[in-house]
Amino acid sequence: MELELEEGWVEAELAGDFPELGLVHTPLEARPRKTPRDVKERLRALADRYTGGKVIHMRQDAVPWAYRVFSRQVGIDPDTDRTPVERIAVERLRHGGLESENLVDDALTIAIAETGVPVFALDADKLVGEPGLRPARPGERLAGLQPLSARQLVVADEARPVAIVLGEVADDAGVTWDTERMRLCALRVKGVPPIAVEEALWIAAETLYT
Amino acid sequence: MLLQQAPPAVPRTLPDERAARRTLLDQVGRLEGELAQLFCSIFPRKGFSLGVPGRGGPRLLSFGELEELRDELAERVQHARRAFSDRTYSEEQYRRLIEEMLLDPAAHKWVRVANEDIGEPGCKHWHVRPRWSFIGMLMGWWRVVISSGCPLAT
Repeated sequence: MELELEEGWVEAELAGDFPELGLVHTPLEARPRKTPRDVKERLRALADRYTGGKVIHMRQDAVPWAYRVFSRQVGIDPDTDRTPVERIAVERLRHGGLESENLVDDALTIAIAETGVPVFALDADKLVGEPGLRPARPGERLAGLQPLSARQLVVADEARPVAIVLGEVADDAGVTWDTERMRLCALRVKGVPPIAVEEALWIAAETLYT
Repeated sequence: MLLQQAPPAVPRTLPDERAARRTLLDQVGRLEGELAQLFCSIFPRKGFSLGVPGRGGPRLLSFGELEELRDELAERVQHARRAFSDRTYSEEQYRRLIEEMLLDPAAHKWVRVANEDIGEPGCKHWHVRPRWSFIGMLMGWWRVVISSGCPLAT
C-alpha cells in the first residue's frame, strides 16, 4: 500500500500564532461499506485496553495533552468539548466498549484511539482544490446552513469551509454511502511528532483497505 | 518668544502583537498542563473546581481574551493547588489518627475515620467500638473495627 501524504496550506494569520499547526492529508481510493469481522474484533480488542485509570491519566500523555493544550489556546474547554481521543475514551467507559458503525467511522476510531491524533475523512469528489486551515470569514456558513462565528477555525477547501477544527464535518463535504474517493486528513499541533500523524493516517488507510 | 512645539511622536509601524501573542499562548499551554497534572493528582477526591469555561472556540482569540484566559487559568491553578495542599494536610492528620487509634483504641472512643477522609476511594472506615457492646464499655475493652465494602445498591 502506498500513501501520498500532502501538507495542507495554513493561512498566515493562523500560522503566525501556531507555527507548528498543520493539516496532513492523503487521497484514498476506498468506498464506505459495512465493517468486516476482523475490524470489529480489532475494535473490541482496542476497547479492552482502556481502563478507568488509563483514561484519567490520558490527559498527561504527550499526544492527548498536546491537543488539550491546543483546544485551550483556541478557546475550547477540553473538559466540556473533549478532544477526539478523549471523546472515544469516555464513550468506551460509558458504553463498556467501542460500538462498530461502518468501516469509515470504525477506521477513524481505531486510528484516533491508537495514536491520539484526530483524523477525519472528506469526500474527495466534493472538494474544490486542496484542503487547508484558516479562520472563518464574516458571513460564512458550514454546509451553507450553520453560521460560523467570526475567526472560528475551519478546515476549508478553496471554495468554502468543509469542517470545524476538532469538530464536525460539513454534510456537503463528508463521506456518504455514495462516496467513491476519500481524502483522509489529520490535524497536527505543537508537541505532536510528525510520525504520530503519519501513523494515524496509515492506520486509518490500512483499516479502510481491509 | 514662543517655542515651536514638537509634533507628537507617531510610530511609523504598528506594534507587532505576534511575539506577545505567542508568549500568552505558551503561558496558556503551560497552565493547561498544570491543570491536567493537578487533575491526575487530585483524583479520586471530590469537591475541587478545576473547570475554566471555554471561549466559544475553536477560534483565534483576541489579545485581550488571551490575557483574560491566562489570568483565569492561573487563578484556577493557584486556587486548586492551595485547596489540594490543605486537603492533603488534613488527610495526613487523619492517617496519623488511624495509627493512634490502632495503638490506643481506649483513648479514641467512638472515633470513626472513613476512606474519603484519607483521600482514598471506597467505603472502608475505621471505627473504635467496644468489644461485647455494653460489657466492653464497662470493662474498657475498646478495639478498632475496620469495615470494608460499599453497601449493596438497592
